[in-house]
Amino acid sequence: MSYVRPTFRHPDSQKNKLGYSRKAYEGAISTLCAGCGHDSIVSSIITAFFEMSIEPHKVVKLSGIGCSSKTPAYFLGRSHGFNSVHGRMPSVATGANMANKDLVYLGVSGDGDTASIGMGQFAHVVRRNLNMIYVVMNNGCYGLTKGQDSATADKGSKSRKGAPVSFESIDLCELAILMGADFVGRGFSGDKKQLLPMLKAAISHKGMAFVDVISPCVTFNNAPTSTKSYSWVRDHMEATSTFDFIPMQQEILTEYDHGSSIPVPLHDGSIITLHKREDKEVITNKKDAIASLEEAKVKDHILTGILYLKPDSEDFHDINQTTDTPLSQLTEKELCPGNEVLQAFNESLR
Amino acid sequence: MKRIERTNDFVVRFANVNGSGSASANNLFAKVVYRLGVPVSPKNVFPSNIQGLPTWYEVRISDKGYLGRRGGADFIIAVNGQTLRDDYDMVQPGGYFLYDSTRDLPPGFDRDDITVIDIPLTQLCNDEFSDNRMRQLMKNIIYIGAIAYLLDIGLEPVSDSITKQFAKKPKLAEPNIRALEIGYQYAEKNHSDACGLSIEPSTAVGDRILIDGNSGAALGALFAGATVVGWYPITPSTSVVEAFERFASRYRIDPETGKKNYAAIQAEDELAAIGIGIGAGWNGARAFTATSGPGISLMSEFLGLAYFTEIPVVLINVQRSGPSTGMPTRTQQSDLLACAYASHGDTRNVLLFPSDPLECFEMTADAFDLADRLQTPVIVMSDLDLGMNDHLCAPFSWDDQRRYDRGKVLSGEELDKIEKKWGRYLDIDKDGICYRTLPGAHPEKGAYTTRGTSHNEYAAYTEGSAAYERSMNRLMIKWETARRLVPMPEIDIRDKNKKLGALYFGSTAASAVEALDRLEESGIPISSMRVRAFPFQPEIFDFIAGHELVFVIEQNRDSQMEILLAGECQVAPGKMVRVTNFNGLAITARMITNQVHTALLAKEKPFISQISAVQKETS
Repeated sequence: MSYVRPTFRHPDSQKNKLGYSRKAYEGAISTLCAGCGHDSIVSSIITAFFEMSIEPHKVVKLSGIGCSSKTPAYFLGRSHGFNSVHGRMPSVATGANMANKDLVYLGVSGDGDTASIGMGQFAHVVRRNLNMIYVVMNNGCYGLTKGQDSATADKGSKSRKGAPVSFESIDLCELAILMGADFVGRGFSGDKKQLLPMLKAAISHKGMAFVDVISPCVTFNNAPTSTKSYSWVRDHMEATSTFDFIPMQQEILTEYDHGSSIPVPLHDGSIITLHKREDKEVITNKKDAIASLEEAKVKDHILTGILYLKPDSEDFHDINQTTDTPLSQLTEKELCPGNEVLQAFNESLR
Repeated sequence: MKRIERTNDFVVRFANVNGSGSASANNLFAKVVYRLGVPVSPKNVFPSNIQGLPTWYEVRISDKGYLGRRGGADFIIAVNGQTLRDDYDMVQPGGYFLYDSTRDLPPGFDRDDITVIDIPLTQLCNDEFSDNRMRQLMKNIIYIGAIAYLLDIGLEPVSDSITKQFAKKPKLAEPNIRALEIGYQYAEKNHSDACGLSIEPSTAVGDRILIDGNSGAALGALFAGATVVGWYPITPSTSVVEAFERFASRYRIDPETGKKNYAAIQAEDELAAIGIGIGAGWNGARAFTATSGPGISLMSEFLGLAYFTEIPVVLINVQRSGPSTGMPTRTQQSDLLACAYASHGDTRNVLLFPSDPLECFEMTADAFDLADRLQTPVIVMSDLDLGMNDHLCAPFSWDDQRRYDRGKVLSGEELDKIEKKWGRYLDIDKDGICYRTLPGAHPEKGAYTTRGTSHNEYAAYTEGSAAYERSMNRLMIKWETARRLVPMPEIDIRDKNKKLGALYFGSTAASAVEALDRLEESGIPISSMRVRAFPFQPEIFDFIAGHELVFVIEQNRDSQMEILLAGECQVAPGKMVRVTNFNGLAITARMITNQVHTALLAKEKPFISQISAVQKETS
């Protein structure tokens, strides 16, 4: 881990459309172990928000408990954050989002926080299609309590302690697809080239955008026998249809070959172009998305990329038919029916 | 046999089968009595079941306005074969027993101290109606017709109520009125002068309304501007949120777009329900949840988070009989300790104790101001009896000049004006309450991370003992501020010599007042205090200190209020006397007077065993 970060920035350092440099998107110094995959994800999150020119104070960061859930302190220092209780980030995010629909909600969780203690809340926030980005930093173990296996650890794989995992692992992406998420992606903390556009696409997506990021735990789960180790993941990664992300602001030029690429417009006008592989079905089909995941598993591969996408989904506010003004900004005028109504109510009981 | 002959002062009890449509018929009866201006208190005693199990509806009619449960029944309408024997045995000597004589009473029903009124309800109903569903429902209306005659109510007040009830569907009123007439006429023809009980129009009700506490709480939340509710279905709190949604779907729709100015979210469990409330409260909306005992247990971790991170949220706890699943459809006041200190570590929560539907309305509305002002959870402690039964109370009113107190929330402009560095947990005003900011308020200032881990004045994570102690001590300063903000107790001085005092709270009030009246009439004046909130004010300490003996009247086994008072008020041992009922039915005045008498006797004659002091009437 690094203890200090130079505050000096080159005067000509790149600024985004808001005039902010990347520094405006950074947070406190990480206290995670040196080499932790989570720090790489943090870096991609910072870059994504910076490059997309999203005002930092319009972002809300939420997390549960665990190593992953500490990371919101390490990015977007100008955003409000909420480090809640173990496994309950989704409900807090739901309440926060209901209160103010105008902000961007980024939930950060871990495999323990999501696949075990928070499984119920995870399933239901996905089912509600809450408009948020839900990132799981998935290392297959409980880091903060020193390396116990988590529910995403692969059966038979060995952590540093050496005992093979006895139970089936839970595939959060498959689960998210089943529960109704309309944006499901899987990345690897060591592959920023893929992770960055995926996060950007997730931010642009309206509704639940679930991103599972394999993120090796260098201290407790990086033995070559672990399926969540750097070496194993690098050897077994298989990308699904590769893609590019073209933000809304950018003029869309047809750079892709029509025969093999499919443009998918997102709610905010951004475009994801999927470069279709010949042996792969397009991922806008739920059945095929799950089949691809299962087929990769048979081959001992980890399928990465955007795994499933339905761009025109109704989010929870659409379903609820929430009014356009954020609920937190409504006043007595809109909220209180007044004494006349109350007196009529009294009368109706008589 | 000496018949009970009384006007506007008796108890009618209906014994029905759950799911047979009896509830609305019985409610019609209570409503008619209310509309005749006679104070009435109906209580539904129902099983945790949808269809087929016994259910009772007990209506106390009291011109004097005593509206607690009386116990016993002067007139029983027995239409449930399963409980026929028990119902028969329960009639007070001199009382009346109406049954469906389509089937004869079994052998052994041979009391000679009651009047038996036989009416072939099923037969009459089947002769008139051919539809099966109709036959079931109209049987209930036929017995209402019969008692309208027997209790001298007359046809008109009942048919008026039916017409009013079906104002929008007059077609449905027709068979109801027909059934009413059938019952009325049968009783008139066959049982003239069979009943010495009578209801006469009165002015005793005044302008009071008849409503359940849960509707009151829901209206309180609506008027106080609650916009986000996370909830999970649980008896007896479900109807709070159902009523809120019903009112909101009428009064909270944007007139231009037709969209909702609220979000009611049925969550996956109680943990998520309060998590939603806390997330919304943190982000600037007024939010609440409603639950009961098992939900409180599940919400406890989150309550500690909201206490420690200082987030406003309102919780309406409609208490039921515990522990565990307990008796889910029976009442109790047994979550006091669980709520006062809900969550691990040193946690304390603000509690409010409404005693009638009007206070459910007012205290729920006030709870939102208190929660915002104090930045902490506020729990409204209702119970099943108060929440689900109709009670007579003063009409609701709202001051249109009233503005919501959103507490210490800094806007972007205010952040710009602050010269010193802002800290989320800096106690600027020395009242223990700090200034908070909402997400999105300012592009560069006021952002912080809320965390359940220990934090310093600037919301930064710390494991430093000094900073931790400072924050925990500051929360106690805030607790002292809360003490002065919560509603004051109500004191009634009856004993000028300051010997005897009684302390009670919540729905116990109705029976407590009646018991204290009776005791005073029998020469035992007892001054009383109705506690309305926790933390306790100094006035409560003074009241206890100022009396030789204080009866603490409540509805749980362990005398939780007494334990809470003893822990918080430094009371001398032996000073407080426990008066309790925890049988799942609302406490009666008789239970209270019996226990007070026994305790006073024991005081003078210490040889009387302690056991008799806690013996309860369980009827």
